Amino acid sequence: MPESSDVLMLAEPAAPPGPWRELWLSFRQSRGAMIGLAVVAGLVLLAAFAEFVAPHPPNEQYRDFTLTPPFWQEGGTVRFLLGTDPVGRDVLSRLIFGTRLSLLIGLVSVSLSLSLGVVFGLIAGFFRGVTETVIMRVMDVMLALPSLLRAIAVVAILGPELVNVMYAIAIAELPHYVRLTRAAVIGEAGKEYVASSRIAGAGTLRLMFSTILPNCTAPLIVQATLGFSNAILDAAALGFLGLGAQPPTPEWGAMLSSALEFIQRAPWVVTFPGLAILITVLAFNLMGDGLRDALDPRLKR
Amino acid sequence: MFGFILRRVALIIPTFIGVTLVAFALIRLIPGDPVENLSGERGMDPERRLRLLHQFGLDQPLYAQYGDYLLQVLHGDLGTSLTTHEPVLSEFLTLFPATVELAFFALLFAVCIGLPAGIIAAVKRNTVADYAVMGVSLTGYSMPIFWWALLLILFFSVQLGWTPVSGRIAVQFDVPMGSGFMLLDTLRSGEPGAFRSAVSHLILPSIALGTIPLAVIARMTRSSMLEVLREDYVRTARAKGLPRLQVIVVHALRNALIPVITVIGLQVGLLLSGAILTETIFSWPGIGNWLIHGVQSRDYPVVQGGILLIAAIVISVNLLVDLLYGVVNPRIRHA
Repeated sequence: MPESSDVLMLAEPAAPPGPWRELWLSFRQSRGAMIGLAVVAGLVLLAAFAEFVAPHPPNEQYRDFTLTPPFWQEGGTVRFLLGTDPVGRDVLSRLIFGTRLSLLIGLVSVSLSLSLGVVFGLIAGFFRGVTETVIMRVMDVMLALPSLLRAIAVVAILGPELVNVMYAIAIAELPHYVRLTRAAVIGEAGKEYVASSRIAGAGTLRLMFSTILPNCTAPLIVQATLGFSNAILDAAALGFLGLGAQPPTPEWGAMLSSALEFIQRAPWVVTFPGLAILITVLAFNLMGDGLRDALDPRLKR
Repeated sequence: MFGFILRRVALIIPTFIGVTLVAFALIRLIPGDPVENLSGERGMDPERRLRLLHQFGLDQPLYAQYGDYLLQVLHGDLGTSLTTHEPVLSEFLTLFPATVELAFFALLFAVCIGLPAGIIAAVKRNTVADYAVMGVSLTGYSMPIFWWALLLILFFSVQLGWTPVSGRIAVQFDVPMGSGFMLLDTLRSGEPGAFRSAVSHLILPSIALGTIPLAVIARMTRSSMLEVLREDYVRTARAKGLPRLQVIVVHALRNALIPVITVIGLQVGLLLSGAILTETIFSWPGIGNWLIHGVQSRDYPVVQGGILLIAAIVISVNLLVDLLYGVVNPRIRHA
């Protein structure tokens, strides 16, 4: 590099990093958050390329190999790395396809409750008065039921099916997003930039969505990340209770409960699906914690 | 003070009315009307159907049906279970002590371990101890508890044979149920070994159910302690030569506990959610198990009544926490 550019750099300090870059720089500080991000990225890749990564089709039954142990145990074979289930399906392949389901459930339910929650929260926080009271009382009613029970109630109405699990979890998680958005909106609405934007003639919708909302995103990003882990846990719990995805869907919770009677003879059919849930949820929680620290300087160590 | 209590109590009335609306709507939103569900596979002739609809009051307009329902609820009539033909409320009241007992010991476990762990993590900040506590609690927080319960059973009950696999007490004991709380009843019965058996049945479910609250309490205690330890008065206490332990326990902990107590109060919902899974796995005869059976066997009066009662409990406990918090912290009371 020619010398002149060095001189230029000294004379004129680099522009401050943009908000996303700043977030990334701060996020990168936390080792836990980076591990979480790496695991999540790996899971996304697994889910996207399940057909190519999985050694076997998820529902293929190898009748001669029922309840084969994992390869490192006696009687195991490298053909079925994590063993097979009671009807001879490859556990590893089912787990890989299950990743797709869990991430999909997380994505759909978080997007649904995030978008609905933002709209209701914005309306409640922006208009106040009777509208706010009605919306917030409805959310109080929902919060009177524990979250798993909220999801169970919805599934009881809609019927136990994978799609309904997504709706159920979206509805169960909705109150958190509404409350967060409303609180953030109320905090922002009184500030001067909002008043000046109003004086400059911005319409209601513009004020709500493009003036106020972008300044309320920090808590929502954190909640959405943690919402993924809640969604995956609740979906697995519903599957375990027989109220979620139905067999032979390779959903982790359903896999676990359908092999329950074999737990003593073949512990691997129960341990690996649970481990998959734990690792995924842990990764999202690590990421969520890192994002919170990065977005909220007050909480930083 | 009195005004504050009244205001808070008045605030829960609309919430409770909302909950009855949800419970009322639940049965009507489920595909097929209750009479159809009663008739089973073979169907029912139209005349009998009309008679039954009239008998259940289902031929009336919705608002009148809701009025009747509300009146019944206020009289403590929550309908009859379709499977056992027992009143829903009396079934609930019989099973509820089992859930309370389980939840109480789960919370006790969570507090007894979570609180000291959080304090140690805060005091020994950025050491191996801190990282260990935070790592373990984040793992506990991410744990699918139905799987965790199974692992506990596999290890402690199957491998080591230390604890029983399920139930509240061994079958050979026939303890008269007075209070519904097994530990009290076995103690009172004086039957040798019964109390021990009840305790050993309680250990694993309590650990399984207490794990997530434990993680929440440890994390909350740590961050709250860290905040307090930074305060000037703590530094002053140290500077005037008070022993470290005394400063931590007497000066810091007392103030750090306020948010922790709130968090403990808010665990009720989490405990009831967890109880559904824990009770299913350990065949614990409580309301979580009962409710799931109700959902699985389409016993709608049980589902409707159970949801209503659980919501009422959560609302009341939250109100209690609110009021206690107001008593402790005057700033809230006068806000």
